Amino acid sequence: MKYWHLVTANLRRHKLRTALTILSVALALFLFASLRSVVTTLHTNSQFGGARRLVAMNKTGIVFILPVSYANKIKGLRGVRSVSWANWFGGKYGENARDFFPKFAIDPESYLGMYPEIKLPEDQKQAFLRERTAALVGKGIADKFGWKVDQNITIQGTIFPGDWTFTIRGIYEPSDPAIGDNVMFFHHEYFDERLGHAGIAGWFVVEINNADSAAAVAKEIDDQFQNSSAATKTGTEKEFQAGFATMLGNVSLLMGAIGTAVVFAILLITANAMMMSASERTGEVAVMKTIGFSNRTVFTLVLVEAGVIALAGAVIGLGVAKGFYPLIKFQGFGFLPGFNVTPLTMLWGLLLALGLMLASGLVPAMRAARLPIVQALRRVE
Amino acid sequence: MIPLVYNARSMMQRPVSTTFTAVGIALVVAVFIGMLALGQGLRAALARTGSDRNALVLRKGADSELASGIGRDAARVLAASPHVATGTDGRPLLSPEVYVLVPLPRPNNPTAVANVVVRGVSDQAWSVRSNIQLVAGNRPTSGRMEICVGRKLLGRFEHLDIGASLHFAGRDWTVVCHFSAAGSAFESEIWAENEQVMPLFRGEVFQSITFRLKDAGAFDDAKRALEADPQLGVDVHRESDFYAKQVGILGIMLSVLAFGVTGIMAVGAIFGAVNTMYAAVAARTPEIAVLLTVGFRPRQVLLSFLAECLLIATVGAVLGALLALPVNGIVTSTTNWTSFSEIAFSFRVTPLLLLLGIAFGVVMGVVGGFFPAWRASRLRVIQALR
Repeated sequence: MKYWHLVTANLRRHKLRTALTILSVALALFLFASLRSVVTTLHTNSQFGGARRLVAMNKTGIVFILPVSYANKIKGLRGVRSVSWANWFGGKYGENARDFFPKFAIDPESYLGMYPEIKLPEDQKQAFLRERTAALVGKGIADKFGWKVDQNITIQGTIFPGDWTFTIRGIYEPSDPAIGDNVMFFHHEYFDERLGHAGIAGWFVVEINNADSAAAVAKEIDDQFQNSSAATKTGTEKEFQAGFATMLGNVSLLMGAIGTAVVFAILLITANAMMMSASERTGEVAVMKTIGFSNRTVFTLVLVEAGVIALAGAVIGLGVAKGFYPLIKFQGFGFLPGFNVTPLTMLWGLLLALGLMLASGLVPAMRAARLPIVQALRRVE
Repeated sequence: MIPLVYNARSMMQRPVSTTFTAVGIALVVAVFIGMLALGQGLRAALARTGSDRNALVLRKGADSELASGIGRDAARVLAASPHVATGTDGRPLLSPEVYVLVPLPRPNNPTAVANVVVRGVSDQAWSVRSNIQLVAGNRPTSGRMEICVGRKLLGRFEHLDIGASLHFAGRDWTVVCHFSAAGSAFESEIWAENEQVMPLFRGEVFQSITFRLKDAGAFDDAKRALEADPQLGVDVHRESDFYAKQVGILGIMLSVLAFGVTGIMAVGAIFGAVNTMYAAVAARTPEIAVLLTVGFRPRQVLLSFLAECLLIATVGAVLGALLALPVNGIVTSTTNWTSFSEIAFSFRVTPLLLLLGIAFGVVMGVVGGFFPAWRASRLRVIQALR
């Protein structure tokens, strides 16, 4: 565009104003990207789940336990490849609520076999499997607390009283962020022993041969225990996770409401700045038209100026959002593992910037294009 | 002092720009108040749940009722403790309780379930918790599978009308009453008789024991005495503290969200205010020069422009507060991650929050207006008049 220098000259005229306007657009899009990413991350995590993994838990509710002996019965069912089980272990490490991380007692060999997403070096894996009091921890919490392999850590039991000391034998990194890098795993056998061989499992994870038979196998499991002391409710892992996501409440609605308010507020601010700078130039525009600039060129010039501001703001805001969160390893206090600004969010951000350009530039541009020269020149001091 | 009328008229001269700036500030203030109201609602619901005249007893080391377990023997020992107040009928004001979570299907999304608290209480519980009031029906009869439903659950789940039958834990329970509890977390619970609930869930164990302190001031003595008893093996919490602490991680998250989001928005709004005022100053350069020429001091010009920005900000802030007002009382729900149960609570826009929001808006105005006002006061008269 041959009038590019006119656009840059105009932007440079009030450097501070231009900078502030660009920054407020950047802030708006940073917030937009952040809030939308909360929603998309929740959604992605709720979609997590191996197609061939089922979760069976007590029908009465999530806090009720099942006899671990169910494992053998489930294993015998047709279409079942392997069975593992786990227990939620409350427990405190540190006094602060922020120091909380999930702890699971698992049947190690079958569990790690079923979750290839939990990645760790083979020697560490073997060391973890070998030792009854070993623990496997996520890289996130290991870094947070400065834990090293072979270190002892003591957890204060809450549901299961007493001090529980474990030796960290492995540090894993999840290949799927939805697994979270803040979980601690330890041997169910040790857990069971300390409980006087109570033989309880919080839930079973069932790997099946064929994803298509998920519903059939789930029904078979539930039928099997229909009239036992503890009936089961079995579903795919995905259903389990989705149910978990609904527990947070209407986060999406909240984020959406805030996001709208933010974008609208910034829109007003930018539009305001654009209109002010345009009205200051009434005389100039008249002169430009007098020396032969067409209405259309004047229109385009003002709109392009708005576009440059919006685009610059978008690049800064979205770029910072994309780079900032991985840098501080943001995981929403453990509620948002794998927090990530998706390409689609970036695209939406750009579209918003485009909308911003139109909304804030259109009125001043049209005004400039339609400006009657004689009247405008009369106003020049 | 330059009369404020001058500022008011100046604002009228550029209605669009003034309105945009004011509305921008209003939105920031509205979001700020709205988000704090959410946190306030959660805090209030939990803070009102406990009474400082009551003590809550859990098994040693347990951090929630869910994690706790107390045998009948311990319950009997506690009932005989001299620290427990006695009711008008001469019996100890003490309620050994069974605390369980049951999944109830959400009516709008049948595949999703919410974990609702079912609390098995003794007949003393209704007096121990002084904030409980029946709003309809009569209390469950001892020995029957009857339940009383917290008010906040109504409308959010099905089969909760009086006389209806609700199915959970493999049994049908008859709804016989609805209760309110001053907006507290109890209103998200279902209550039944402890002896009815106990056998269905965990066997011969209570989760918690709540009792009225004989002397509310002597909580520390009661705590020391009971916790020292090796037979009991319990922790004693003041009921009010126990629930207030459950705000926990959720409270932190809401605060971070409120201050983070509105902080960033505020910076944007301040930029907007700065822009508007700079433009205003630029457009009125000759006017300012005249003011200075006729003898107003630079400090008075500074104050005048600051006042103008303050005026816009105050109008915006009040508008924002008005915008935020309707969220007051809206019921929302989330999971209490300490007890793992669903808790419903209302947004609470308190007068203090409104004031805080307005103050926040005014501060935005002052910060945004200062530098442009400073520039106005430093104008060189000769140059400006030319």
